[in-house]
Amino acid sequence: MTSAKEALTRRTRWRWAETVFWLAAFGALLLPPGKFLILNEIAILALFALSLDLILGYAGIVSLGHAAFLGVGAYSAGLLAKHVTGDPLAGLALAIGVSTILGFCTSFLVLRGSDLTRLMVTLGVALVLGELANALPQYTGGADGLQGVVMAPLLGRFDFDLFGRTAYAYSLTTLFVLALLARRIVGSPFGLSLSAIRCNQLRARALGVPVGKRLVAAYTLAAAYAGAAGALLAQTTAFVSLDVFDFHRSADVLLVLIIGGAGWLYGGIAGAAAFKLLQDGIASLTPQYWQFWIGLFLVVFVLVGRERLFGGLRKLLVRR
Amino acid sequence: MTVVLETRRLTKRFGGLTATSDVSFALEQGARQALIGPNGAGKTTFVNLLTGMLPASSGQVFLAGEEVTGLKPEARVRRGLVRTFQINQLFGGLTPLETLALAVGERQGQGHDWRRPVGATVGLDAEIMAVAERFGLVDVLERRTDTLPYGKQRLLEIAAAFACKPQVLLLDEPAAGVPEAERRDILDAIAALPDDVSVLLIEHDMDLVFSFARRISVLVDGALLVEGEPAAIAADPRVRAVYLGEGGHG
Repeated sequence: MTSAKEALTRRTRWRWAETVFWLAAFGALLLPPGKFLILNEIAILALFALSLDLILGYAGIVSLGHAAFLGVGAYSAGLLAKHVTGDPLAGLALAIGVSTILGFCTSFLVLRGSDLTRLMVTLGVALVLGELANALPQYTGGADGLQGVVMAPLLGRFDFDLFGRTAYAYSLTTLFVLALLARRIVGSPFGLSLSAIRCNQLRARALGVPVGKRLVAAYTLAAAYAGAAGALLAQTTAFVSLDVFDFHRSADVLLVLIIGGAGWLYGGIAGAAAFKLLQDGIASLTPQYWQFWIGLFLVVFVLVGRERLFGGLRKLLVRR
Repeated sequence: MTVVLETRRLTKRFGGLTATSDVSFALEQGARQALIGPNGAGKTTFVNLLTGMLPASSGQVFLAGEEVTGLKPEARVRRGLVRTFQINQLFGGLTPLETLALAVGERQGQGHDWRRPVGATVGLDAEIMAVAERFGLVDVLERRTDTLPYGKQRLLEIAAAFACKPQVLLLDEPAAGVPEAERRDILDAIAALPDDVSVLLIEHDMDLVFSFARRISVLVDGALLVEGEPAAIAADPRVRAVYLGEGGHG
């Protein structure tokens, strides 16, 4: 029997497969232009899914309105770039700040109630914000979208090029930093208490865990992550449309997490890559009917089982 | 003897139904006391009032002389009032090791720490191992809780509460549903609880009650019917009428 301490910290130790993964992701920057746009989309979706994983996979909070934070982050970053400064990092910081505040305020709505209530409440918040953005065209551009977002070079040096190499580097680095932070958080006593709450809220409370406070913290953190994803989306496309609040955003990210598996951080990243590549591949074969194939894939996927498709990958990346 | 847990005229009403009626009750330091009563007597409601899972309609609860009536369950736990559950309430997806690390960590106030990995706290190691040894869980520390034999899960149910370093431990039918072969382990673990932990046993099983308790309180229809030493309770005609007569003596 190894010591308890060793057994507890083993879980959080860095694995070589993780190194390989990140090296490959950053190595992709050396590829010839042509794939950066989709890689950038994958990185942003992965960050968004990672954000959902923090509340769904760890704290056990279901959400059908996670796009609320993506949207708020996107508009914050877009508006800052349009009216104040085009500096990407300033926009990223603002988006994180605004979505953190929104996350904190709305976290109290998801504290109580069943999963069904949470689905409805989160969906409702996203709908309200989407309609607000629609009703304030003088600020948001309404249905036409937010035009005139001009980004300054990243760190004052790297211009956002047409091929999206800078965009991908920026999004990937943000994803990397925030994934490292998330990794640290879920391996901490705080992260353990979230897992305990997900498994059994009643018992967590009976062991002295202040359940409400922990859920507020987790939800706020996830909102901040989603806001960062929103900022990346707005900045790397230099455009924000009402679609950022749309229901399909919230539903897609849930699908992504289900595909990749919730509760192990890399699930969101694996799911985002699978989802985007699938979407891209099918759309180029049959532009009109791609949703049919996505739907078919999901049905088969659930029937065959995720473990058989991604189980091996998971074993490499996470100690369990 | 000092009183460690006390209720004064504790009452709980659900609409027209009074589930707990005017209960004034005391548990002494180091007590081995049992709370018995027929089905529907309000034992579970009483435990929920003590632990703060339910708000009282009126009356007060004191822990070590301080009023805790308005405190949340987790705050009472931090002050040393901890319970176990009649039906296992464990973290199926976590290991016993993680469960104990959680309980110990929360007690030490580390639960909100997000910077250091679990297990980095000084002294955590020795404490977890001591609890695991006491409850015979050393061999299964790293297995998923929901794959453990039922007897081990029952032991973990008590071990997790014990890891909170309770002043008062409320054991809610600790041996319920445990197969005969594993029962002994649980009874031994309960018998070996240290003297500085005051224990209130909520139990149906008369063998366990009479082998463990030095004092017995009988709850009937939400009110305390009688309290006393086991021999006196066993001989009390009122108790026989409402309880032992119905359920049989083991």
